[in-house]
Amino acid sequence: MSLLHLAIILPFVVAIIIPIIYKWTKKIHTGWLVLPVPIILFIYFLSFIPKTMNGSTVETFQWIPRYGINFTVVVDGLSLLFALLITGIGSLVVFYSIYYLGKNKERLNNFYAFLMIFMTAMLGVVLSDNLIVLYLFWELTSISSFLLIGYWYHRERSRYGARKSMMITVFGGLMMLGGFIMLHIMTDSFSIREILAASEAISQNALFIPAMILILLGAFTKSAQVPFHIWLPDAMEAPTPVSAYLHSATMVKAGIYVVARFTPLFALSPIWFWTIAIVGTTTLLWGSINATKKNDLKAILAYSTISQLGLIMTLLGIGAASLHFDNLSDDIYVLAIVAAVFHLFNHATFKGSLFMMVGIIDHETGTRDIRRLGGLMRIMPITATIAFIGTFAMAGLPPFNGFLSKEMFLESLLNLTKLNLWNADTWGILLLIVGFIASVFTFTYSMIIFFKTFTGKQKAYLLPKKPHEAPFGLLLSPAILAFLVLFIGIFPNVIAAPILEPAVKSIVPSLATNADFHIHIGLWHGITPALLMTVGIVILGTILYKTHRFWKPFITTRVPKKLRIGKSYDKGMSYLEQGSYRFTMTVMTGWLRTYLNYMLFAFIVLVLGSLILTDSLNLKFENLTSVTLVDFVLAAVILVTLIGIVFSKSRITSIILLGAMGYTISIFFVIARAPDLALTQLIIETISVVLYLLVFYHLPQFSNIEEKPRFFSVKTFLSIGIGITITLVALSAYDTTFYDSISQYYIDNTYKEAAGKNIVNVILVDFRGFDTLFETTVLAIASIGIFTMIKLRLTKRRDKNENQ
Amino acid sequence: MELLMSILIGLMFAAAVYLILSKSLLRIIIGTAILSHGVNLLVLTMGGIKRGNVPILGLKVTASYNDPIPQALILTAIVISFGVTAFFLVLAYRAYQELDSESVSKTRGHEADDE
Repeated sequence: MSLLHLAIILPFVVAIIIPIIYKWTKKIHTGWLVLPVPIILFIYFLSFIPKTMNGSTVETFQWIPRYGINFTVVVDGLSLLFALLITGIGSLVVFYSIYYLGKNKERLNNFYAFLMIFMTAMLGVVLSDNLIVLYLFWELTSISSFLLIGYWYHRERSRYGARKSMMITVFGGLMMLGGFIMLHIMTDSFSIREILAASEAISQNALFIPAMILILLGAFTKSAQVPFHIWLPDAMEAPTPVSAYLHSATMVKAGIYVVARFTPLFALSPIWFWTIAIVGTTTLLWGSINATKKNDLKAILAYSTISQLGLIMTLLGIGAASLHFDNLSDDIYVLAIVAAVFHLFNHATFKGSLFMMVGIIDHETGTRDIRRLGGLMRIMPITATIAFIGTFAMAGLPPFNGFLSKEMFLESLLNLTKLNLWNADTWGILLLIVGFIASVFTFTYSMIIFFKTFTGKQKAYLLPKKPHEAPFGLLLSPAILAFLVLFIGIFPNVIAAPILEPAVKSIVPSLATNADFHIHIGLWHGITPALLMTVGIVILGTILYKTHRFWKPFITTRVPKKLRIGKSYDKGMSYLEQGSYRFTMTVMTGWLRTYLNYMLFAFIVLVLGSLILTDSLNLKFENLTSVTLVDFVLAAVILVTLIGIVFSKSRITSIILLGAMGYTISIFFVIARAPDLALTQLIIETISVVLYLLVFYHLPQFSNIEEKPRFFSVKTFLSIGIGITITLVALSAYDTTFYDSISQYYIDNTYKEAAGKNIVNVILVDFRGFDTLFETTVLAIASIGIFTMIKLRLTKRRDKNENQ
Repeated sequence: MELLMSILIGLMFAAAVYLILSKSLLRIIIGTAILSHGVNLLVLTMGGIKRGNVPILGLKVTASYNDPIPQALILTAIVISFGVTAFFLVLAYRAYQELDSESVSKTRGHEADDE
């Protein structure tokens, strides 16, 4: 176990001791004690930057080597980018939460334990090289996210949101596990590096496409792509630090990570390219339009996160084209990958700061509703500055980092229209238009967030609290992020070589050997078509913002109602519940008879069916032993007693006929040359009849509950079916001997070995004495049971009756 | 003989199933008794009926005996089914005492209407 493994496990270990710390240090906010963990990890992961620029670091810890499941950790460019985001934003979020969550009001031990479990899970997802270990951590993120969303579990909405996100992400996780297992079947390896190396070999495999679709399902559910995006807005019931950390910067990007990680494998197929590009752009458009109609700031940010994730997804999809060009000089599609990685980083910074900003507003004014907010600029100037940087970066305006990645996004879409592969040059124009429209809406909702909150009239009478500027502690984390947004916006090349380049190289492996490949992000590169589009976006977006109140009712009331996916989820869930309830109520009636009907029917179908289907029906009637008149008479007697019992109206008749049947059977045993059986049968039948009479004395006459025997009833059908089945089985079986009976041994050895002459008795007490022992036990248990049933009266009802 | 027995056993099974599917507890118990008779005869028939002499050594000088194993098995089965039948009978008696009814429609697994 190397230091790297310990780094991943460290937050989990801390999560275990947090409750102890919490109990012993009541005076200090637990967050202060947790804070060093992500900071140490962040510094530790920073130390990997020089190594990652030249290659990757691999550490293996044997877990279940026999099945090829090992905790192998790989630090390459892509994992390092994620690890830095997770630990870096994790530190800021922990710091922010110290001021956000009250020490006395909240159960901080739970909060930090869940958060640390999440951090381990997330680090494990991005650093694992083993598919099963990756899946393990993946589900751990789902579980810890579930716990964090339901942190205020006394609220109904929190529980609902937690349940919904759990259902959807776990569904996707299980699909992904299926895809992973298919990959294992194809390559006989769980190691991602080995699987990627075998990509050419398996791309023609029949399981290739199913595995791709299943893994994509996992990635889409986790990254809130349409139509699986519905859990993310409901996850906003979590505390704001959680929303900032999980639902904007890290966990929702796990799906992005998986898509990026498997790009070298699946990008060989056009299905991958088109699925991701179409789902991504749909999500982009859908999220950005929906964000404009929300009134809750967190809901706007949730939909904006969905939309931005769609954007990154689209870029990764388009970037798949770059895998098909070996000649890098005319490979303009690598730009899409660069843009994806860059925007991934940028989005984490500005969305994190925006969530924290919303948290501050919620904390200081008591509401997040933009209809009640306004004119906060003068009261909260620092928060306003942070919000300004965040929203303008999100809208894609210079000089912030969002501008650069948005330019690259538009550029990639423009390049797509020139792509001479998979008809992209004809259909790519659609993606360009959708991307453009979505950017316009993105601009609009970014403006809504900033201007509706910070400008205009103050509505202090609508606010639950008197607003004032937030304390320094709350402001520090978002300020750091906002500074990063600005800094990267102006000096983008600071992170280009150390962080972005290795990440792009791990997505596009052909670049790894290319020494000439360098990312250069220019802030200004002349008047390009993309820049002109940005100008168009700003103009159209401004018009849309100014006319927002006119068209907002239209999209809130009319258009989306039919397309509301959240509603259909709720309906689907309730249909599932009602359906299974109704099914259970129909099938499990509670009547013993119904269940007997099921069993008997199944017996007939299975036995008769297999008898006929396997061609085992064997009605040859050879090798029969002779029938004498006595046999016929006995059979006739049994038949008469049977008919009598079935149609008898009196119980005494039934008992006597049953006795008659038993005695006839004992005569049968006599002519079948089984004297011991005849003897036992005779005695047992006598005792039974006595017992029946004894018990029936206490029971009523056959009451009128019995319906009249009808010929065409289920009962008749089943009994005839069973009778026919048994007869056919018996006839097919009686002469089918595959080997001789073993009884010759008993006949030979009964006297020699066991000193007896009655073979049956010797078998019962000597050769197979154990049967007899336990048959005696059965009798003992039955008699004890009968005694207990009669003597033991736990209910008081009888006693009362007796007293009266 | 086997043909006759098979048909007879089939009829016994049919009658037993018909009785087990009735509502009255008494008929159900009678049904199980007939079912065990049917099974015993089935085991006997399948083991080969009347194919040799009584399986007691030295009774007659004979080359072949009837198969003793099914007989031992049936002997065990008779005793066990007797034990179970006796238990069932007393159970029916107690059920009647507690529920004042011998109809299985009174003994429902769950009260669906309460929910």
